[in-house]
Amino acid sequence: MIRDITLGQYYQADSVIHKLDPRVKLVATLCFIISLFVVDSWVGYVAAAVFLAVMIRLSKVPFRFMVKGMKAIVFILLITVVFNLFLTPGEPLVTVWKFTITEEGLRIAVMMAVRLSFLIVGSSLMTLTTTPNSLTDAMEKLMGPLKYLKVPVHEVAMMMSIALRFIPILLEETDKIMKAQIARGADFESGNLIKKAKAMVPLLVPLFISAFRRANDLAMAMEARCYRGGEHRTKMKPLRYHAADRVAYCVLLLYFAGCVAIRVWL
Amino acid sequence: MGIIKTDKLTFEYIRRDEEGNVEGITCAVDEVDLDIKQGDFIAILGHNGSGKSTLAKHINAILYPTEGTVWVDGMDTQEEKHLWDIRQEAGMVFQNPDNQIIGQVVEEDVGFGPENMGVPTKEIWERVEESLKAVGMYEYRKHSPNKLSGGQKQRVSIAGVIAMHPKCIILDEPTAMLDPNGRKEVIRAVRALNDVEGITVVLITHYMEEIIHADMVYVMDQGHIAMEGTPREIFSRVDELKELRLDVPQVTLLAHELRKKGVNLPEGILTIEEFVEQCLLF
Repeated sequence: MIRDITLGQYYQADSVIHKLDPRVKLVATLCFIISLFVVDSWVGYVAAAVFLAVMIRLSKVPFRFMVKGMKAIVFILLITVVFNLFLTPGEPLVTVWKFTITEEGLRIAVMMAVRLSFLIVGSSLMTLTTTPNSLTDAMEKLMGPLKYLKVPVHEVAMMMSIALRFIPILLEETDKIMKAQIARGADFESGNLIKKAKAMVPLLVPLFISAFRRANDLAMAMEARCYRGGEHRTKMKPLRYHAADRVAYCVLLLYFAGCVAIRVWL
Repeated sequence: MGIIKTDKLTFEYIRRDEEGNVEGITCAVDEVDLDIKQGDFIAILGHNGSGKSTLAKHINAILYPTEGTVWVDGMDTQEEKHLWDIRQEAGMVFQNPDNQIIGQVVEEDVGFGPENMGVPTKEIWERVEESLKAVGMYEYRKHSPNKLSGGQKQRVSIAGVIAMHPKCIILDEPTAMLDPNGRKEVIRAVRALNDVEGITVVLITHYMEEIIHADMVYVMDQGHIAMEGTPREIFSRVDELKELRLDVPQVTLLAHELRKKGVNLPEGILTIEEFVEQCLLF
């Protein structure tokens, strides 16, 4: 169950989307998320869905990988839907005991569900087609100007890329510790929420200790390989825009303009 | 003076109790003198806590001696201006492959060292290609390190070090976490580097089979160098090795025991082939 989170897992494939400059993908994902909140009509959502579907098709990533990422947020999704469904004032549609489902509530609930799932699928698409390293490269580059405000851009980017690299390793480790604890009679499944949370303590303590140990080892390995911060550093894969990236920006602009137009005129 | 030289190298660390009071001083490395020639394959043996890892970290200037001096290619590790040159010339491979791979893709990880050194982009790619080829991992260059086996990961780590064009590589128990197959893969790659590229290798291990091909073996115990010599010389002293809680290869032990029982076999037999050859002489 714990291995199902695809966020931060790169899917290797040879596609147009994979080859795009990570900056394009980062900006596109941001624009896509904003566009989801710009549009508020069904036409807009259909446009977003079509855009997303085309991108997924182009990326050659099997759809089930995106759905895998969705599983993790099913709970959040349900809460949003339920709250919106019952707590929005307006025309009553169905009344069951004390709860009333309103027309507006239904509309907002469905919209929120669509928005959230598109949001997750959209950002999964980015992380599935971009190696976290190039993603952080993109962030480092896009936020470059902040350096003049004494923001440690390179350091933050490096930390992020390392954190991303260790997600699968720590997940695996969690799984291992969990199994070891279950084998010795620990119970993670039964009981109420508080009991379950308490059961996590024997899981978290060894996990933290091991994470610190790994961090220590990694820092040493990085130093041994001459790491000394961002200065004097060259890039193996420097970011450069190509023709495809310009086309992608144009497509993105068109899509975004379309979304705004739908909002304004429909 | 050889590529690595130590003079009365001593390293002490202070043990503290929970309140931070000094409990005692442990001497991890005690007056060690080493002189390693360029191009040699050196093995350092020792059981856990014998100070071999601490010694290794001195060669890479991760630790600094409490007393004594370490020179790498004539540079004193305590002089700060040489720090990055020393780390480039003496690359280091650690025990746990997961904890030393920084990149998310094999080739990005191999490029990490040259990037830090400020090598121009085009040359980084050349270096990455040649070092991945040197360890036989070139076809995996686009893979995620998480999906590789332990032996493959460790070979990637070695490639990451070679890409910095070091004169010597220190491997700190690189095979301790691997299965027998992975162990063989790694040792084969290391030997090839030593034979083909002429890189000085310092291999720290407690697997006896891995040191058979070394030019020189040092056995450490409680921070001292307890024995030194060629593998054959070392393995002729089976009883001393046992006292230091080290195992000898099975075939060496067999020959030793047979000899004790009066069979006329020479000491220091290292391989099964050699043993068979000697037996056929009867």
